[in-house]
Amino acid sequence: MSEGHGEAATRRMEIVISYVLRIGVVVSVGIIAAGLIVFFVHHGHDAALAGGTSYHTFTKGSWGFPHTLGELVHALARGSGRGYMVLGVLILILTPVLRVAVSVVAFFIARDRAMVVITLFVLCCLVGSFFLGGGAS
Amino acid sequence: MVFVLSLCAISVLAGAVGSVVGLGGGVVIVPVLTILYHLDIRLAIGASIVSVIATSSGAAAVYVRDRMTNIRTGMFLEIATTVGAITGAFLTTVTPVRVLFLVFAGVLAASAVGTFRKRNDADVLLDSHDRIALALGLDGSYFDDAEGREVRYKVTGTRLGLSMMYAAGLVSALLGIGSGALKVPAMDLAMHLPMKVSSATSNFMIGVTAAASAGVYFARGQIDPVIAAPVAIGVLAGSMVGSRVLARVHPSTVRWLFLALLVVICAEMVQRGVLG
Repeated sequence: MSEGHGEAATRRMEIVISYVLRIGVVVSVGIIAAGLIVFFVHHGHDAALAGGTSYHTFTKGSWGFPHTLGELVHALARGSGRGYMVLGVLILILTPVLRVAVSVVAFFIARDRAMVVITLFVLCCLVGSFFLGGGAS
Repeated sequence: MVFVLSLCAISVLAGAVGSVVGLGGGVVIVPVLTILYHLDIRLAIGASIVSVIATSSGAAAVYVRDRMTNIRTGMFLEIATTVGAITGAFLTTVTPVRVLFLVFAGVLAASAVGTFRKRNDADVLLDSHDRIALALGLDGSYFDDAEGREVRYKVTGTRLGLSMMYAAGLVSALLGIGSGALKVPAMDLAMHLPMKVSSATSNFMIGVTAAASAGVYFARGQIDPVIAAPVAIGVLAGSMVGSRVLARVHPSTVRWLFLALLVVICAEMVQRGVLG
């Protein structure tokens, strides 16, 4: 199968996948960094007063962090630093999933049927696992 | 502020080491968070999952571009890791975790012995009769900067590789660790991929395995942004450094480093299995 499509097709795919990963990484880092800055603008004072060495200084007396989509949307609407950090981390988590989705399309374009089936199966497992996670808790 | 900055600095190290040997950096992150910062192990594991995904995406972006990763083999093996991860998610409530840690430690010890035996063996496979590998065109080549030449290699042992990958997915979902520690030996020992390709392809895959269980950890509230944010940024920076090192070092250096980390992880697992 690979003989028919050759190394050129694989090479193109490598470049596309590399870009997908890089964009995912840059976007998530940007949002996480912005969230950290906002967080320190709001909390920096408390941290300095407490010596700021321990994780528990931050969590003590705070209202926790968003871990459902609904809470996340609220946190983002309020402009909360934690909200943006969570959004950035979520984008980071979804980057590999996006990479698999892009490979499905790329193998489809390259008419590499066996690899389309393989990557589509992996994608279904991944998407399924997210719903599994949502339902389990 | 100090907490965030110091965690960020440690994460740079975790990302750099993890990206060279194909591990997620959880080896560094989990003990640092639990022992140094006295964090709950559940939060530490959540942070470790983020670290794995960050190492994977950061390093794989470079390795895939530089043709170090065998993407076809990686995607083929992801079938087994994702199915394993989902099986593991179903089994979490019924499995005695402490026993599992000890079993995992045993498996790691066995692969450490295998890796040690292969320490001086830099030969690549030149001929393969593995039908799956031939049908999917898994063979590949990469340019080794340290040796200054293009290395062509064949792939074998796809069935054994798949079963080890299934175990890797299962274990990482159950214990929240060890996604790379089993993947590298599966490719290096069972499938005869060159060590650097094994490491780079493991890096490529661990993000997908971790993403399969990240949803569960996120929904359970184990991923705290105040911990995850500095870890993600530090690890990404570290993986950018580490992924530029891999091409230049000698393959046996990579294997020695991996071996050393296997021993450390093995000790951690025994400790968690015995002390609970």
